[in-house]
Amino acid sequence: MAGFVIKVEDLGKRYKLQRTQSARQYVALRDVIVEQAKRLISRPAQSPSKIELFWAIQHISFSIEQGESVAIIGRNGAGKSTLLKLLSRITEPTAGRIRLKGRVASLLEVGTGFHAELTGRENIYLNGAILGMTKAEINRKFDAIVDFSGVQKFVDTPMKHFSTGMQVRLAFAVAAHLEPDILVVDEVLAVGDAAFQKKCLGKMQDIATQGRTVIFVSHDLAAVEKLCRRAILIESGQCKMDGPTSAAIKEYQQSVVETASLDLATRGDRRGDGHVRFVRIQLLDENENEPGVFLSGQQLRMRLHYKSTDSRPLVNCRVSISINGWGKTYFLASTELHMENSLTLPSEGFIDCVVDELPLSLGIYYLSPYIEVNGITQDWLESASTLRVEDGNFYGTGKDYPKGWEGKTVLVKHRWEQAGKPQLLVPNGADLSRQ
Amino acid sequence: MDELVIEAGRTEQQYWKDLWVFRELFYFLAWRDLLVRYKQTVIGIAWALVRPLLTMAVFTIVFSRIAKLPTIGTAPYCLLVFAGLLPWQFFSTSLAEASNSLISNSNLVSKVYFPRMIVPAASIITNFVDFVISFSILVVLAAWFRFLPDWRIVFLPFFVLLSLGTAVGISLWLCALNVEYRDFRYIVPFIVQFGMYVSPVGFSSSVVPEKWRLLYAMNPLVGVIDGFRWALLRGQAGLYVPGLIASIVITTFICLSGAWYFRKMERTFADVI
Repeated sequence: MAGFVIKVEDLGKRYKLQRTQSARQYVALRDVIVEQAKRLISRPAQSPSKIELFWAIQHISFSIEQGESVAIIGRNGAGKSTLLKLLSRITEPTAGRIRLKGRVASLLEVGTGFHAELTGRENIYLNGAILGMTKAEINRKFDAIVDFSGVQKFVDTPMKHFSTGMQVRLAFAVAAHLEPDILVVDEVLAVGDAAFQKKCLGKMQDIATQGRTVIFVSHDLAAVEKLCRRAILIESGQCKMDGPTSAAIKEYQQSVVETASLDLATRGDRRGDGHVRFVRIQLLDENENEPGVFLSGQQLRMRLHYKSTDSRPLVNCRVSISINGWGKTYFLASTELHMENSLTLPSEGFIDCVVDELPLSLGIYYLSPYIEVNGITQDWLESASTLRVEDGNFYGTGKDYPKGWEGKTVLVKHRWEQAGKPQLLVPNGADLSRQ
Repeated sequence: MDELVIEAGRTEQQYWKDLWVFRELFYFLAWRDLLVRYKQTVIGIAWALVRPLLTMAVFTIVFSRIAKLPTIGTAPYCLLVFAGLLPWQFFSTSLAEASNSLISNSNLVSKVYFPRMIVPAASIITNFVDFVISFSILVVLAAWFRFLPDWRIVFLPFFVLLSLGTAVGISLWLCALNVEYRDFRYIVPFIVQFGMYVSPVGFSSSVVPEKWRLLYAMNPLVGVIDGFRWALLRGQAGLYVPGLIASIVITTFICLSGAWYFRKMERTFADVI
């Protein structure tokens, strides 16, 4: 306990959700005056505006020692960003306290304070200062920052001429050269291309090995597993689990599965206007049975049952479904890719999406369906259903994935060739599964 | 490393220490605003000179030639106007920019920690730079009219400080109020316009009848502008001492209460902005 760097004790944050008749977002002085006057004149039986209290996080306690890399994972809306805001002192807790022993640098957004009119050089100074570096420090690290970002040629041109990728790289380069005692990172790795993400992850690992403490919030479970040995799972504002990363990830995936098995028709956490709703998803094989488990390479038929609030046919529809796992989307199937003319659907029924050779390996995946009518999103659910996949025979060789890679990639048919030699092909029927 | 405790209602002492820790941010935010302001303009920083010059010219024509308001003593009218215009422009532009500064920097407020007072302070610093540049016009004008200031100029820094205090105090109030009540965005230009005619910018406060002078001095800018004129124009304007004392008292009060209100509302900024 004596070596703690961060100690959170029974932390809570409560927001007021004001629901007035006009649902106006900002308070106007005029309204406040009018309401006070009304209250003086008459005694209303109930106040015209209901103020609902909403606890974004509640009763959270944990302790982090120097040099630990801790991940914070959880569904969208669980309270992760609120927790980070509290740790970064951007907002004040409503209950409980946080004890910090060290300088905190937060990366809640990439390129905070960047101004399009200023040059790359000027923005480096500005952003660095905003993140807490002194001018002397920035001078010292300037070349290293420019090197890391790869924008040497453009460092003196205004940032409005930078591509988004360059801006992101520069922003992260500045942030990467912070030397705080505690680094708090919020999903910033979600931007940028794969090569850059790898670079960022590498830099964060460097920071961790230097003995600094890192708190990392991300949906990218693969990155989380690589970087952090400990993870805290937040669900509905409370700390559901605090322990080794692999165990926390399992727990997280389990809760995702639980949500997916809830009755689709009655689920509330969906987006869209709602005139059309998905009511059921069936996963069928080539004989139109529901086997419960699918094999890699097998045919998968996803039957999406939907229902509209009235009986008119649905014109100009777009239906899509994404297959996700480990916090990432593996692939997206969409009617937009196949329909030449616009799609018209009856007001109630189902539409099937067939994947002839399922390109997924052993694991649990979750499906998120989406339907749009006439350009307006009607229904969009996350983890509406889970898909369990087991070893199949996708490649015809008996082996679907290299060791340790189950559930982490999409399977794609490919072949290997060497110059001057016949194609490396395994004779049909050979069994590679023992290798 | 000493421990920092974050708890509801507990951020006081740390805040003032943080203002020192983050001191470079005052410079950087002001630097950014200045750079951006003049980056794409053709005349660039010369804009800081053109604005007050034009206003002074218009005022001289309107108030002296057309309205025939009297000047004081032997001081040329346009010097009189300019000496009052300088602190007024500093005050009014500071107010206008500072009151909106937190909202226009809302991305910083919601994503990074630093003492929020730095934001309106930086916009006041930016305008202060303009003030200094415009001051050079005054020097040129004084030389042109051969009406150079006398020993009273020594008191000028004090009046500059007073004008800074007024700007800071009222800006803090308006800045904090604007975050919570968005209609202040429309109230502020109105205050500024109204203030321009109520304060002795285009005329001298000696036109105000004696019995109303103390009440008139409740407007803290009266003390500031009168002081500027007294220091720069060889005392031609005379100095109404009770008014000056009233100004100092009021300005101090506004500054302290402004800081208090700002700190009080600061803890909700990130939630509301």
